[in-house]
Amino acid sequence: MSGFPTLFYKEVLRFWKVSTQTIGAPVLTASLFLFVFGHVMEGRVRVYQNVPYTAFLVPGLVMMSLLQNAFANSSSSLIQSKITGNIIFVLLPPLSYTEFFAAYVLAAVVRGMVVGAAVMLVTLPFVDMEFRHPQWILAFAFCGSAVLGALGMMAGIWAEKIDQVASFQNFLIMPLTFLSGVFYSIHSLPAFWQHLSHFNPFFYVIDGFRYGFFGVSDIDPLRSLAVVAAFLAAVSGLTLAVLRSGYKLRH
Amino acid sequence: MPAAIEIRDVHKRFGELQALAGIDLEVPEGEFFGLLGPNGAGKTTLISVLAGLVRADRGSARVMAHDVRADYRAARRSLGVVPQELVFDPFFTVRETLDIQSGYFGLRDNRAWIDEVMHNLDLTSKADVNMRALSGGMKRRVLVAQALVHKPPVIVLDEPTAGVDVELRQALWRFIRRLNQDGHTIVLTTHYLEEAEALCARIAMLKQGRLVALDSTANLLKRVHHLFLRVRLRGELPGELRPLEHGGAEDAHVLRLKTYDDVEHALAAIRRSGGHIEEMELVQPDLEDAFVDVMRRS
Repeated sequence: MSGFPTLFYKEVLRFWKVSTQTIGAPVLTASLFLFVFGHVMEGRVRVYQNVPYTAFLVPGLVMMSLLQNAFANSSSSLIQSKITGNIIFVLLPPLSYTEFFAAYVLAAVVRGMVVGAAVMLVTLPFVDMEFRHPQWILAFAFCGSAVLGALGMMAGIWAEKIDQVASFQNFLIMPLTFLSGVFYSIHSLPAFWQHLSHFNPFFYVIDGFRYGFFGVSDIDPLRSLAVVAAFLAAVSGLTLAVLRSGYKLRH
Repeated sequence: MPAAIEIRDVHKRFGELQALAGIDLEVPEGEFFGLLGPNGAGKTTLISVLAGLVRADRGSARVMAHDVRADYRAARRSLGVVPQELVFDPFFTVRETLDIQSGYFGLRDNRAWIDEVMHNLDLTSKADVNMRALSGGMKRRVLVAQALVHKPPVIVLDEPTAGVDVELRQALWRFIRRLNQDGHTIVLTTHYLEEAEALCARIAMLKQGRLVALDSTANLLKRVHHLFLRVRLRGELPGELRPLEHGGAEDAHVLRLKTYDDVEHALAAIRRSGGHIEEMELVQPDLEDAFVDVMRRS
């Protein structure tokens, strides 16, 4: 039998054991965002007709939490294992690089989905939400967290210190998620920034995800899914190539 | 007897450092084999090549006839490695750690063997304790248990007794000896040469990435052409014996002699000088002497 199910289980168990930090903390942060921004902006901004601003904000916050936590899961697990040396326990067994990739990325998807679902649940009593197309919600949640899980693997493999992973998160992941339409529709931006947003893959993730709730979006959801799937394929291909080469894992 | 480990012309360079410079080595199945050398000789690199942690620049390595690159799954299933560093995963208990390690090898229903390993390493009472709460010696035992969860036919122990107490050392060697008697091939690296001498049937010595000696432990000891005479005297050591002095403690002198005939000459010299022998002992050379000899000559 393959060692993949155990590595996947171990990666899930790892974040589950410290769920206050890995699930509770991001849920609290997202809730604060919702209450503060929702209270201040409600009635002043209306992005889509018939969708109050607070309701518009919820899918963005859910996706932002999901993306950031999916990235944190794979990156922190790998960098911690590398620094403490216990990475050897997963390098000695007969695990292939594809099993290695699948286990870390799927565990990141689980963490992202659990955090996303928890943020959603906490906000439900305060916001009237619609769930028009659940299949789109799930498709974008899965693809978005898988992309960030794979990016987290790349960061964890490349980095030699925890602050290098933090830089990756603070200077790449955080700006890209913030500037992807979490708090606004890109139609409210000047033309230049609107154009630039189309080069941000996270914009398509959040826009498509939001379509699943309200049935309206800036871009056709099928086109968004195609962009996100292509990005996922590219990032996965690169991560698999890095794993196959043994870069920074097998000298 | 087929080879449990077969290493052919293995080279490895890290930047400017030639860590392994053409190693050829075969360890037959069921042997208790020692891999010795000073720090930086290449022992851990060689083990890492076998384990797939380091990829050789040139040459090949096989474990139980499985190439460590081309047939890595079978090679890794055949090998259990106790790493030198005291590493652990702080998220899990001892039992979780062993269940997970067993699962990595595709073994699901492995509780009976895990219980036996824990019992033999005196870990049963710590089964549900988190790894963080264990002492250094206990963590070392878990590392040994992790290497054994998949019952590998070849077990490599990279300095397993560094910094551990006598009790663990004895328990560990009892268990490893039993595994060896059951047919497991054991490869040991250690800085405690008396351990290697007592346990290993054959020994390889590495220096600067090269194999400088490979022979049975008995033959390596025979290669040392001297013996030691330890004497405690009333009176001074005669001047003619001073060049033979090889250390000593307090009032005892240790003389390094070439043959048994030299013992007679040494005693005669002491008698002539009017000295009186209070205590005397002939000491055979040990592996440490053989090791120092080999390292000096190569």
